[in-house]
Amino acid sequence: MADPQAGRTMVQVLHDTLRAEMLRDPAVVVMGQDVGIKGGVFKVTDGLHAEFGPMRVLDTPISEIVIAGAAIGAAMMGLRPVAEFQFADYMHAAYDQIVNQAATMRWRSVGAWSVPVVFRAPSGGGVHGGVYHSQSIEALYGHIPGLRVVVPATPRDAGGLLRAAIRDDDPVVFFEHKALYRRHREIVADDAEVVPLGVARLDREGGDVSVITYGMGVHLAREAADRCAADGIATEILDLRTLSPFDREAVARTVARTGKVLLVHEANRTMGPAAEIAAFIAEELFTDLDGPILRIGAADCHLPYNGPEETAILPDAARVEEALRRLAAH
Amino acid sequence: MSEPAEPPIPDGLLLRIYRVAVLTRAVDHQLWLLSRQGRAGFVLTARGHEVAQIASAAAMRRGHDSAWCYYRDMGVGIALGVTPYEILLGGLARGADPHSGARQLTMHLSSPSLRIGSISSAIAAHIPHAVGAAYAARVRGEDSVAMCWFGDGAASEGATHEAMNLAGVHRLPVVFLCENNRLAISVPLALQMPVERVSDRASAYAMPGESVDGTDAEAVFTATRAAVERARGGGGPSLLELRVPRITPHSSQDDDAYRSAEQRAAAAAADPLPRLRETLIERGMLAVDEDERMVREAREQVVADEDLALAMPEPLPERARRWLYAGDPPHGGVTLPARYANWTGVFDG
Ligand SMILES: Cc1ncc(C[n+]2csc(CCOP(=O)(O)OP(=O)(O)O)c2C)c(N)n1
Ligand SMILES: [Mg+2]
Repeated sequence: MADPQAGRTMVQVLHDTLRAEMLRDPAVVVMGQDVGIKGGVFKVTDGLHAEFGPMRVLDTPISEIVIAGAAIGAAMMGLRPVAEFQFADYMHAAYDQIVNQAATMRWRSVGAWSVPVVFRAPSGGGVHGGVYHSQSIEALYGHIPGLRVVVPATPRDAGGLLRAAIRDDDPVVFFEHKALYRRHREIVADDAEVVPLGVARLDREGGDVSVITYGMGVHLAREAADRCAADGIATEILDLRTLSPFDREAVARTVARTGKVLLVHEANRTMGPAAEIAAFIAEELFTDLDGPILRIGAADCHLPYNGPEETAILPDAARVEEALRRLAAH
Repeated sequence: MSEPAEPPIPDGLLLRIYRVAVLTRAVDHQLWLLSRQGRAGFVLTARGHEVAQIASAAAMRRGHDSAWCYYRDMGVGIALGVTPYEILLGGLARGADPHSGARQLTMHLSSPSLRIGSISSAIAAHIPHAVGAAYAARVRGEDSVAMCWFGDGAASEGATHEAMNLAGVHRLPVVFLCENNRLAISVPLALQMPVERVSDRASAYAMPGESVDGTDAEAVFTATRAAVERARGGGGPSLLELRVPRITPHSSQDDDAYRSAEQRAAAAAADPLPRLRETLIERGMLAVDEDERMVREAREQVVADEDLALAMPEPLPERARRWLYAGDPPHGGVTLPARYANWTGVFDG
């Protein structure tokens, strides 16, 4: 594999984590379209088919309902399936299985059945993928009790969170931003690290303004924070990592420190995850606030293939920077 | 060359099927009564399907093969050893119901120890689960078979096609059992599918398909046993269509007005219970007075179970969000009346 000194990409760390978990626990299986012989369209499962065989790394027909549904049934019979959807945009076909079946199974059987499935999918835009290869759909799952929703921003977290998700006894929906798959390299020293679900990571400390975000938003925030730093604005960045449940204590800590909050995500703004977090802050942390809670999300639109329209819709570092300066001046 | 002879039906099995059918009918009867009295909500009933359900479940290895059912499958549940008491706890919305703590509607069974998957109201959603269970058996090297019951209406769902297709591709150990009563609530078969027989679909998944008279206990048992053995032996999935009458309205909320009086009478006339009773009496396996006693005792047993269930408390409101995620204390299950100490449904005796 790659030179360890150069670090690994998110794809490499996800791959290495899946492989390690499959070696560690024979109950872990991978299923999805093209995950086997091809090793996945993004190569996350590269080589696993040869190593673990065609049953533990199951190439499925293009049948999203049964990818999710068979993973659920297999989980009820003792496996720990990692079900891959080729793109989050195609996961909608499996919504009934994930929402009506996986999410309700433990509750509706008064704790008797567990569904330890990880539903993985590449999501996110900015890659000229058009409306069917660009969506950020995490809010659709954050609304559903019984699920956990995870969106890593860095290679190291992707590995640690996937490890936690596989070992978790409840269904986890795991979104990987495809534009982050190969963008950054990170040296991941601890190959056994488990990043607990529901715990945020303070990405950067700063006393003036807080950005609360996750996934691609973390990288937009870093860029914007760098630009603001030149003018003496100290930005704190909180990477939620898990959206459901989100880390309320960490949110409370950063709000208490800065009193100024900007929420950023690539998902559409209306009814997006930021709306819920903003409501939490307004209800519980009102007295800590020194300014309005600002939100940045996509412009409530489908994402096109062409560049100009896509750029117009997606949030970018410039918009985050502008909002940061507005808040800092408040 | 002659066909290898079908092994005989085990001694006493027909009588056991009948006994469980009588008990199932008694529970069903009681639930309708309770619903008319306003003491039980939505009633979903097996009436007309029982013999098909029980005779097919009888071909399983109990607790080893998994059962993926739908709301009409009371006969499958009781055949595997679910007790009338549990079903009444659910119908009367008592917290001790071990299947769903009365969170789900009547007859939404669930039992990990009997390997009965949690029934969902969502039509056909369980069919992929059965295929996943069969896949798990393959991965784990177990010789367990996944049994999957569903209605003719469910045959039209996309999930059904996806599931059968995947099972066909990998020759997974699943037996698909379609209880075809020719109605999806009010929609007749001709408006559901362009083929006359659900079993015709089997060829598209390269599996054997067979249509069986679901009121004929011997035919159902024999066909299911062959499919189960094929699945267990690595021969892949099968699709069995069990043709059954729906004797009642779809549910306690349905008026059945879309059927003519003649259609309803024809369904009642196809009742599998009298048919099985006559066979047993003809063959000297059941005496008339024995039958009368069996029916009476089933009624008494169910009424006694109802009294016990009525004495149990409703769930506490504080419990409402429990078991959303792992880590909550266990439900605690149910204490069964002593008469069920060794009860194993159709496998009893
Ligand atoms: C996905 C879904 N759509 C609609 C319904 C409402 N519904 C409940 S039962 C039923 C008819 C099912 O017919 P069938 O599968 O033939 O079973 P039967 O009741 O005849 O045994 C319908 C439409 C449902 N429960 N789930
Ligand atoms: Mg029907």
